[in-house]
Amino acid sequence: MIYADNAATTKMSAAAIQTMVSLMNENYGNPSSLYSLGQKAKETLEDARKTVAEAISADPREIYFTSGGSEADNQAILSAAALGRKNGKTHIVSSAFEHHAVLHTLEKLKSEGFDITLLDVHENGIVRPEEVEAAIRDDTCLVTIMYANNEIGTIQPIPEIGAICRRRGVLFHTDAVQAIGHIPVNTATDQIDMLSASAHKFHGPKGVGFLYARKGIRLTNLIEGGAQERGKRAGTENVPGIAAMATALKEAVANMADSAAAMKKQRDRLITGLKQIPHSALNGDEVRRLPGNVNFCFEGIEGESLLLLLDDKGIQASSGSACTSGSLDPSHVLLAIGRVHDVAHGSLRLSIGDDLTDEETDEIIRSVSEVVTYLRSFSPVWRDLVAGKTKFIL
Amino acid sequence: MALYSEKVMDHFRNPRNVGVIEDANGVGTVGNAKCGDIMKMYLKIEDDIIQDVKFETFGCGSAIASSSMATELIKGKPVEDAMKLTNKAVAEALDGLPDYKMHCSVLAEEAIRAALDDYHSKSKNEK
Repeated sequence: MIYADNAATTKMSAAAIQTMVSLMNENYGNPSSLYSLGQKAKETLEDARKTVAEAISADPREIYFTSGGSEADNQAILSAAALGRKNGKTHIVSSAFEHHAVLHTLEKLKSEGFDITLLDVHENGIVRPEEVEAAIRDDTCLVTIMYANNEIGTIQPIPEIGAICRRRGVLFHTDAVQAIGHIPVNTATDQIDMLSASAHKFHGPKGVGFLYARKGIRLTNLIEGGAQERGKRAGTENVPGIAAMATALKEAVANMADSAAAMKKQRDRLITGLKQIPHSALNGDEVRRLPGNVNFCFEGIEGESLLLLLDDKGIQASSGSACTSGSLDPSHVLLAIGRVHDVAHGSLRLSIGDDLTDEETDEIIRSVSEVVTYLRSFSPVWRDLVAGKTKFIL
Repeated sequence: MALYSEKVMDHFRNPRNVGVIEDANGVGTVGNAKCGDIMKMYLKIEDDIIQDVKFETFGCGSAIASSSMATELIKGKPVEDAMKLTNKAVAEALDGLPDYKMHCSVLAEEAIRAALDDYHSKSKNEK
């Protein structure tokens, strides 16, 4: 089996599993308890906080553990909105291809009277800093732009946007779920005020993540009921999960350069190979993208069929087609970069790991090519395109 | 639980009656690429019997399986029977479809109906 859906989730690292299991076995105390077992758990928790903070050049007191990226996104945005509302600022700047954890939260705020500006991400899938600057108004309380896109992997100009926001005195949040552990992220030099991350995207466990919030930013609770996480996130801490996240992150950061180089090599081989398929196109900027992300559109076919047949060949990937989401519209990300519906339905995302071999890459290229050719052989859309009845888009 | 029944996967992996009938006397196309599903049905009807049927489909696994099953259900049958084909019959023959995929069976019913309508209007013109 070739697992090429690491943007959906990753396999846990052996060290992270080890951390988790040993804590569950031996160190099962509640960090809020005063006896030694509890205090040992508290110590483990604070060590994890330190590790996580170090990985993004933050202070441990700026790290709040959550249930994952979505919770962190929600808390960051709702906190900024609450602060804004207090000061009569109810405008938020974001982008059209954010994760739904951001977009749906913004929609909720819109229904409560907030004004939301969603910036264009252009054909290459990258927000332009000058457009962020132009969008900021006197009543802007937050700019939230993802670090790297989850579908097409494009990396946003975060340091530039951070500098603009700092200069203009506007809070800046970034959903860094796809970036943390994969590319360098530095909250200090990037001038980030709030950041969301999720452990299972960097070989940690599911159900755990963190929110970084710069000192002095008053967070709004999503969960009330206890003094955990400096009173900002109630509930007994998921100590094994949190510690395993720290182990995975430390490992990911230590191996980042080698891992990225290995992935980039295979990513570029995949891009070169898949481009040979006629009437196909890479989605998103070819260079400014995550080391493990490949995303293509193939004209004349539909993505779910492609995924099912690839699965039969032992390749696990994903698609932005409507049929894979249960809605009638294809991925909002592909539409945001200007792909029309007809073409967006035929998309394929391969998000590879650093252990992909040359042979496996060749196998992916061969399999995708075979399946695309097969599906086109009985596609009425393809027939009309080839017959010249309709025009090729790609 | 798997996304689809064994039957759906079988018809998706080994679709029956795929292709084109060059001298078809009833052709119907439904759906649109914008929504992600297009089905095209070709019928060869002689003496009010569906002698041959073929399909081409752009769509998801259940769209391909629904097309395939629909062709099997009407092949060799009198036109009158084919007119009565329902999406429910297609879905049942496939051992069910997920709720949000039921529209695929509707599309298959509509594609057969469109091809039959085409046949009827052509034969009317001939008379």
